[in-house]
Amino acid sequence: MDLSFSPEYEAFRKEVADILSANAHLAPTSEDRGMKNPKRQAWQKLLIENGLAARTIPTEYGGYGAEPDILKSRIIAEEFARTGLPRAMSNQGISMLVPTLLELGTPEQKAAYIRPTLYGEMVWCQGYSEPGAGSDLAALRTAAVSDGDDYVINGSKIWTSTAKQADMIFCLLRTDPTAKKHEGISYILFSMETPGIEVRPLVDMTGAANFNEVFFTDVRVPKSGIVFAENKGWQVANATLTHERGMLGDPNATKARLVELVELMKRETVNGERLIDNPLLRDRLLKLQGEVYAMQANGLRITTHRLKKEGAGLAGLVVKLMGCELNHEIARLAIDALGELGVTYEQGEHLRAEGAWQVRYMYDLGLIIGGGTAQIQKNIIAERGLGLPREPKLAKA
Amino acid sequence: MEFALSEDQRMLQDSLNGFLKDAAPLDTIRKIATGDDAASAALAAGLDELGLAGLHVPEAHGGLGLGLLDACLVQESLGYAIAPSRFLATTVTAHALRHAGDDFLPGIASGDIRMGLALTELSSRRDGAGVTVEKDKLSGTSLLAVSAEGSTHLLAADTTGALNLVETPAATPMQTIDRTRIFSEVVFGGDARAMALKPDDEVLAAARLLVAADTLGAAQAMIDKAVAYAAERQQFGRVIGSFQAVKHMCAEMAARLEPSRALIWHAAHALDTGEPEGLAMATLAKSHLAEAGTFIARTSTEVHGGMGFTDLVGLHYWFKRIGVNRQLFGSPEQARMDAARLQGWLEPA
Repeated sequence: MDLSFSPEYEAFRKEVADILSANAHLAPTSEDRGMKNPKRQAWQKLLIENGLAARTIPTEYGGYGAEPDILKSRIIAEEFARTGLPRAMSNQGISMLVPTLLELGTPEQKAAYIRPTLYGEMVWCQGYSEPGAGSDLAALRTAAVSDGDDYVINGSKIWTSTAKQADMIFCLLRTDPTAKKHEGISYILFSMETPGIEVRPLVDMTGAANFNEVFFTDVRVPKSGIVFAENKGWQVANATLTHERGMLGDPNATKARLVELVELMKRETVNGERLIDNPLLRDRLLKLQGEVYAMQANGLRITTHRLKKEGAGLAGLVVKLMGCELNHEIARLAIDALGELGVTYEQGEHLRAEGAWQVRYMYDLGLIIGGGTAQIQKNIIAERGLGLPREPKLAKA
Repeated sequence: MEFALSEDQRMLQDSLNGFLKDAAPLDTIRKIATGDDAASAALAAGLDELGLAGLHVPEAHGGLGLGLLDACLVQESLGYAIAPSRFLATTVTAHALRHAGDDFLPGIASGDIRMGLALTELSSRRDGAGVTVEKDKLSGTSLLAVSAEGSTHLLAADTTGALNLVETPAATPMQTIDRTRIFSEVVFGGDARAMALKPDDEVLAAARLLVAADTLGAAQAMIDKAVAYAAERQQFGRVIGSFQAVKHMCAEMAARLEPSRALIWHAAHALDTGEPEGLAMATLAKSHLAEAGTFIARTSTEVHGGMGFTDLVGLHYWFKRIGVNRQLFGSPEQARMDAARLQGWLEPA
C-alpha cells in the first residue's frame, strides 16, 4: 500500500499545474456555449498541444502521441479538478468513436475523422437505442438494405444526444434480418446531412431536450462507412460500450459534489440555524460522506488493477450502479436541506446554484436508467461477478 | 502509487484463513456458543501460537511491528469465521500504548498480559455506567466490556475521556444475541491504575475500524453462503439464483460490500501513515460497515428462505455477530456524529 507518487510523477504534476495556471485566462466559461464555440475549440487545441487532451492518440491523427500512463492521466484529472478549469472536450465522438476507429477503422476512416473530431470541428452522435431496443440493444430493427455501393436505411433511433449539432453519426443497423440477432448488425458511419434524416428533440423531465429521436426514411449512404466488416457491428460496439460505462460514476466527480453540499450546509440557514447543525440532515450528510469515501477508495483500487493490467473484478462492475445512485442521493439531500427553496427552479431571486441541484437530481435519475439500467447492472454483477446463472431463455411464443 | 495488499499481507490473511477453516468450523463455533470451555480454550491456544498478540506491537518491544492495515486483515478473517478472539482488545491496547514505552508492550506481545477493553462509555453511558478516577484509583461500572473474561488487564476509559491501564477487577458476563463472544459488565471499586494515558481519538477510531473489518469479514461470509445457496437450491424447476428477484439481492449485497473493502484498507492506511483524514475515515468506516453489514445480514438470510431462519444452517451466528458489531463502540448514528466533530463541523459549544 503506497499512495504517494514518485518524484517523476510529482514533477509531471507541477508541469501540468504550470501549464494550467499560465493559460487559465484563455479558458472558456459558461458563457461560451455550443459544441463548436471558437473559444472552446481554441482551448481544446491548446490542451492537445500540451498533452492534456488526446494524450495517447498518435500524432499522425492529431493527438499528442504519448505512451499510455494511467497515473499521468489521473494526475491530469486531479489538476483539472483542483483548479476548476474546464477539462478537455468529452463527447461521444471523442470518447467512443475515436477509440473504435483507432482499433478497427480503415486507414481512410482514421485519416478523415479522427483529427477533426479531436479538435471539436466534427461533432458525432451515437445511433444505438431504438424505441423497441433499449436494454435489449441487439433487438434493434432499423434496417440498412444493400443496394449496389450503398445501403438504404429505414427506421428510427432514440436517446440520441447532440443529434441536432452532429455532422456525422455512428450507427448500429440491421444488415442481415435472417441471421441471429447479434450476427446481423453492422456499425456504419454516415453524414447527418444525408437526405431523409429528421431529428426531433426529446424534451426530458428537466425541461431541456438533452436527447433526440432520429427518423430515417430511405436514407442512402455509401458502404465505405462500414467499420470493420458487415454484420460484425455487435463486436465493434461492444469494444466501446465498456468505455461508456467506465465514464459514468466517476468518484472524483462525486467527491466534488459532496464538497459542494458540505459548503452549502455550512453556509445556508433555516430558522437561524446552520443546516449542518440540524442533526437529522447532518446524519444524512455523514452517511453520504462514508459512501463517497468508499467509492473513492474503490476507484484507487481499480486504478491499481489497471496499472497492473489486471481486471478489477467486482470492484469495477459495481461502479456504474453505486456511483450514479450516490450522485442522485447527494442531490436529494441538497434539495431536502434547502427545503421549500429546494424546489425553486430555473429563475427567481431565491434560486440556489442556478437550480443545479434539481437538474442533477432529475438528470442523475436519467443516468441511473441510461448506459445500462440499474437492473441490467445487477444482472451483470450477479452473472459476471458472482457467477450466478443467466435467466433461462423462454421458448418462442 | 499502489493501492493493493502486499504479497506479505495476502500471505498473512491466507494462512490465517487456512488455520481458521480447520480450527473454527461451524461445529466448533456452535460448541463455543453453547459454553464448551474446552473448545474455546483450544481455539484461543491455536490463535496464540500464530503470534497474533504481538502483531501491532513495535519490534523494539518484542512484537511484529505491523500496522493497522495488517490488523484489519486479521480481524476480517476472524469475522469471516466468526471466531472469538482477544485480538481486537490486544491490538487496540497496543495502539493506545504506541508512545508509552516498554512497561507493558513486551508482556502483551508475549501473551503474558491478556487485555480486555472497557471503552463503551467513550460513546455512550447508560444505566449509570461510567468510570471515575480519584488519586489514581478507578471506581464505577463499564458495560459491554470486550474480552474482559479471562483477561489480566483492561484498557478502561474514564468519564474525562482519558484512558487507564488497570488490572481486571470482577467481571460479570452480559449475555448478548451473539453467544460466540463473551461481553462483560466490569465494576471498579477503587482499583489502582497501572498507567494513565491522555484522551486519544485514535484509540476509539482504531477500535471502530477493527470492528468494521470484523463486519466486513462476517458480511462477506454471508454473501458467499447466499450465492452458494442460490446457485444450488432449486424451485420451479430452476436454481433460484437464475431468478432476477434473487439474483438482484445477491448483486445488491456485493455492490454494497465491495467498495467497503477498499474503504477499510484506505482508512487503515491513513491511520498508519498519520494522514489527517484518517480519523474521520475510520470513524465513518464503522458506521458505513454497520449499515452495509446490517443490509447483508438480513438479505442473505432472506436468500436462504426458511432455512436461513433456522438454527440448523447456523447463518444466525453471522447475523448476530454483525448485529452486535453495529452497536459496539457506538451506533452508526453516534459514529457519524463523532465524524462530524472530528472534521470540525459541529458548532463550537
